[in-house]
Amino acid sequence: MRVAAEQQLSLITGAEAAAHAMRQIDPDVVPVYPITPQTPIIETFAQFVSDGLCHTEIINVESEHSAMSAAVGASCAGSRVITATSSQGLALMLEIVYIAASMRCPIVIAVGSRALSGPINIHCDHSDSMMARDAGCVQLFAENAQEAYDLMLIAQRLAEDHRVLVPVMVMQDGFTITHSAEPVALLPDEVVKEFVGEYEPLYPLLDVDHPTTQGPFALPDYYFELKRQQADALDAARSVWLELQEEFAALSGRRYHGFFEAYKLSDAEYVLVILSSTAGTAKVTIDRLRRKGVKVGLLRPWVFRPFPAHEIAQALAGKRAVAVLDRAISLGSWGPLYLEISAALGRYLPKRPMLYNYIYGLGGRDTPPELLASVVTDMQNEVDPTVLRYLGLRE
Amino acid sequence: MPNTKELAHREELHKRFTGAHALCAGCGAPICVRTILNAIEEPVVVINATGCLEVATTRYPTTAWNIPWIHVAFENAAAVASGVETAYRVLRRRGKISQEIRFVAFGGDGGTYDIGLQALSGALERGHRFIYVCYDNEAYMNTGNQRSGATPFAAQTSTAPVGEKSFGKPQRRKDLTEIVAAHHIPYVAQASISDWYDLARKARKAAAVDGPAFLNVLSTCPRGWGHPTDQSVKIARLAVETCYWPLYEIIEGRWVLNYIPEEKLPITEWLRPQKRFAHLFEPQNRELLRQIQQQVDEEWEKLLRKCERYEAL
Ligand SMILES: Cc1ncc(C[n+]2csc(CCOP(=O)(O)OP(=O)(O)O)c2C)c(N)n1
Ligand code: SF4
Ligand SMILES: [Mg+2]
Repeated sequence: MRVAAEQQLSLITGAEAAAHAMRQIDPDVVPVYPITPQTPIIETFAQFVSDGLCHTEIINVESEHSAMSAAVGASCAGSRVITATSSQGLALMLEIVYIAASMRCPIVIAVGSRALSGPINIHCDHSDSMMARDAGCVQLFAENAQEAYDLMLIAQRLAEDHRVLVPVMVMQDGFTITHSAEPVALLPDEVVKEFVGEYEPLYPLLDVDHPTTQGPFALPDYYFELKRQQADALDAARSVWLELQEEFAALSGRRYHGFFEAYKLSDAEYVLVILSSTAGTAKVTIDRLRRKGVKVGLLRPWVFRPFPAHEIAQALAGKRAVAVLDRAISLGSWGPLYLEISAALGRYLPKRPMLYNYIYGLGGRDTPPELLASVVTDMQNEVDPTVLRYLGLRE
Repeated sequence: MPNTKELAHREELHKRFTGAHALCAGCGAPICVRTILNAIEEPVVVINATGCLEVATTRYPTTAWNIPWIHVAFENAAAVASGVETAYRVLRRRGKISQEIRFVAFGGDGGTYDIGLQALSGALERGHRFIYVCYDNEAYMNTGNQRSGATPFAAQTSTAPVGEKSFGKPQRRKDLTEIVAAHHIPYVAQASISDWYDLARKARKAAAVDGPAFLNVLSTCPRGWGHPTDQSVKIARLAVETCYWPLYEIIEGRWVLNYIPEEKLPITEWLRPQKRFAHLFEPQNRELLRQIQQQVDEEWEKLLRKCERYEAL
């Protein structure tokens, strides 16, 4: 059994943490375009490259559409590629994100989560990553800077595993994480180098002795099968994720156990389901309520794609009530996380807990502990679960 | 520079682009592709924008390409090429690749003049070493002959049809070659599928420069232009002989004219054999014909003033 490596604590932001992960991974090509709140990732990384701390070629492209296009070109060529973006940048990339997934490019995409226009807004919500949920990428959500760092490292391995070979998006909340300094334990450079290893492309375009045609035109006789292969790749990502957790826990002493964090969940009657940084506020709220004797817990997915439906349904079986908090809305319907969980419970549980959906924090609206406590009160009061609720909204 | 025999021999030795494709009879695109690929001696990787060339040559699971080929989308061939070329430089630096490779991007006029102009401009400005070839058939042909920024004034297309209140495309085409030249890249040229020796020589020059190179190649489309399939080369030639499509190059910012017709033919010689211009020969459109001739004359005069020398082949 390997002993966890010595790790130094550094006081850095989530953006810097992601940039450090990139420095240690030392990718071949990083095509990027600035957008708040992602920009400090690429600025910090550019300084690392300028200081000779890694050997990457940065391509300062003229748009995110070209960033993702260059990323696909570089990845198909046979090189290791990382990029980063937010909000409008991801929206502009999206056409090519779908193609990156279908061309099985293991590109890691660091996302500083930010609300989509309009109106234009630079603050956090998850409308950008949720817009990309069907693109065929693995989607990981970090709660804090430490996780932003760890998940970037795990993402690289996950993406490049030959059973997976799809892009992996690593989300950290804009400003709350990207711009806030926290103590982060960085693994030694050599340890990361060994963990991520060398990228071994299966069919590099640059192999001129074995020419390949990449990105052809597929008609109804083949398109469907190719999509099925992508679905299989995301399924395969489940077991690869679990394998990598073991390896990463042995290296770092930090364990991303299963697909989600379960905080005071096992004996909880009431459950909050929440992604990313607001889970920190939820834990504070839960501790307060627990002191008052309320049995409440948290389920916080790290992995949104592939969606761990069965595991989540099992973890929620027998609960009295579950409130899913969504920081995005599928306009004309409900929150995307809620829709997933509702389907999971319906599919796997003969008797579902009462299930609620709250939309919160759009465009960076603050969500203090009192608001989260009010959700628990609603569950205790058995309010109507057929109504979509908005948290912290002026009606 | 190889002669016809050598080019043909090279094609026999290693067919980089084969006949296994579904491009129409008389299509200019494969002539453009073959001539360029046979002229370049180094191994070539092709980047292709969406359009007739891409769709008709790679119907999964078949391919007409015997060399590495990649297509990602319509508007991003230059950006994809940036990524491929950058990966090549890194992998060479890291000792993972040893060969000299050349990168050739092919895009139609729609993918180059219009939707891909930004990606092209960015890639040129960044200075990637690649050759961008626009096979210009003057409309969006793959989707059924819709007008593009390259469609000439008064041409009939499916989105600028001729009717009671319309004489076809009311705007003039943009001068992409000149726009590209404004990027200060080492090599820019205009060529035509009718002048294979000129095109091959330009491809060779483009492959030799250490930076971006751009070729704008007039490429016939019998379906969209409305002419017999066996007349393609002749019609492309008329574009050159009427000075509608002059052959020239811009080497490190210096303009060089490559062909001056002995007798500059009237523009009607180029227009008449093409159905897309048929309406211009109706009596009420005589004024349009005069305008077109005037535009061609003015542009030709302007070009002559820009060219520092004349270097025929
Ligand atoms: C973003 C996007 N918009 C539109 C299309 C539809 N489309 C495919 S090819 C094409 C026209 C291609 O025209 P051009 O670049 O001139 O090439 P050609 O087919 O004439 O050779 C269009 C409009 C597309 N594939 N992608
Ligand atoms: S439609 Fe025109 S451009 Fe397209 S393949 Fe046919 S001839 Fe060529
Ligand atoms: Mg065209």
